[in-house]
Amino acid sequence: MQDSDSIGIVSARRVHFDTPLSLKSRAVLDSYELVYETYGELNPERSNAILVCHALSGNHHVAGVYADNPKNTGWWNNMIGPGKPIDTRKFFVIGINNLGGCHGSTGPISINNRTGKRYGPDFPLVTTSDWAKTYVRFADQFGIDCFAAIIGGSLGGMSAMQLALDAPERVRHVAVIAASARLTAQNIAFNDVARQAILTDPDFHGGDYYSHGTHPRRGLRLARMLGHITYLSDDSMASKFGRELRNGSLAFNYDVEFQIESYLHYQGDKFADLFDANTYLLMTKALDYFDPAQDYDGNLSAAFARAQADFLVLSFTSDWRFSPERSREIVKALLDNKLNVSYAEIPSTYGHDSFLMQDDYYHQLVRAYMDNISI
Amino acid sequence: MTTTEISRSVLTLRPDFATIAAWIKPGSSVLDLGCGDGTLLHYLGNKLDVRGYGVEISAHNILACMQKGINVIHSDLESGLSGFENASFDYVILSQTLQAMKNTENIIQEILRVGKEGIVSFPNFGYWKNRLQVAAGHMPVSSNLPYQWYDTPNIHLCTLHDFEQLCQKHKVNILERRVMNHDKKVAFFPNLFGILAFYRFGHAA
Repeated sequence: MQDSDSIGIVSARRVHFDTPLSLKSRAVLDSYELVYETYGELNPERSNAILVCHALSGNHHVAGVYADNPKNTGWWNNMIGPGKPIDTRKFFVIGINNLGGCHGSTGPISINNRTGKRYGPDFPLVTTSDWAKTYVRFADQFGIDCFAAIIGGSLGGMSAMQLALDAPERVRHVAVIAASARLTAQNIAFNDVARQAILTDPDFHGGDYYSHGTHPRRGLRLARMLGHITYLSDDSMASKFGRELRNGSLAFNYDVEFQIESYLHYQGDKFADLFDANTYLLMTKALDYFDPAQDYDGNLSAAFARAQADFLVLSFTSDWRFSPERSREIVKALLDNKLNVSYAEIPSTYGHDSFLMQDDYYHQLVRAYMDNISI
Repeated sequence: MTTTEISRSVLTLRPDFATIAAWIKPGSSVLDLGCGDGTLLHYLGNKLDVRGYGVEISAHNILACMQKGINVIHSDLESGLSGFENASFDYVILSQTLQAMKNTENIIQEILRVGKEGIVSFPNFGYWKNRLQVAAGHMPVSSNLPYQWYDTPNIHLCTLHDFEQLCQKHKVNILERRVMNHDKKVAFFPNLFGILAFYRFGHAA
């Protein structure tokens, strides 16, 4: 289908930072680069900038397509563009590949200037707080004193909240979608299984697989397959695949038989070809470590006392990895601090992945919220 | 809705909303339970500098509130107000929703837990035309009770006397009562001539 309101052809750029960055882990990065894309125009007042934060496996390519690869559409193309809920005729939208990523920003696959080799396992663990610092420095480069909004789903929603907590004067609105104020034990457990799949792959070589000319494909593939199951719902899997067999009858062997197996293997293979295992490990840790209430004896309301922004919180009924209950905890903390907040639970069958899907009600809500942001 | 349309709708505020708005002190905080499309909160915010949140369960209404720029929280009133702290609002409003709730007693208690004062409005089942229809052998159907018995959401209808008895039972202190017949105040036999009842109440002294 022709997408008439797509942003069209976009290109990625990069920005270099020479001021050392002190990380939460106490490690220091002397210099780093961030790769990013922008859509729309920054207004003369620089008051219309929106930062879109990506989730675990996302990147800076949020909307539009590349001239040399017109099939590579940005991961949130249905949400962002001229006339779309996040309207690029009004806003200057920025997508950044997070530090530690594997799509161009400095991360484990980058060359460490101190050694002349890839960082690999030496790349420090980074947290949402570290990302918030990089967002602020990025804004400084563009002369953006205050983002009109920061928006994200899943891990991106956590990154958005983190900026609102760490640099409250730098953002006016925050949209937190399908996120959580902290991962539950069950959620950390899923991440651990994913990590163990990678860490125990014989091709992992302690994270230095680059110098061994290998990539822990099997581990990364398993990690992605597991993750994928948790991003869907029982109902959506049942309706999409059911118990359908690829070849119509049972073969009584261990080959791929059910359509769901075929789908998961395909997803796992595709991901293992495109993503870096060290980055996957790092991103799951950033998820696990996010816990703004930790420094406040677990009191999330106390943690949000420093926030100043207005919030939109959205959850999806079939999302069991980041359930509506988790979003309600965020809303409670915002209400306790008398911050402006709206919250909606969106009926959906697609599980956690719902936040990436086109849904009329979901998109109308985001549009309504964005329309009321003054620039 | 454009800004002009919104300000026009504010000028022609429904009489029942106007009655409630007259009780709200400027600059106060309000929680509007079952806030509908946010018209009342929008008015209170614009005219009285009231800071507030609406609570809604209907997707249609939540969207309408967000389009007006009203804070709205998706929540089911039947499960109480656990997302809200004690005494966190100056007023908690329940406008023409009480009669449609299952957990009537619980919501009255929750209103006074979360709010310093509560404001409740409901259709008076004791209105003479309702009584007449019952006397004639039928459940009342009118502009204020526009449903047949088999499709009505109104499962807990009451009269002024009934509501005041419930307040007594829960040691709810009625501070003010206003009874309306369309846009006219009713002072004479309100339980007979009043169509809509409004109560402002607080904790027992």
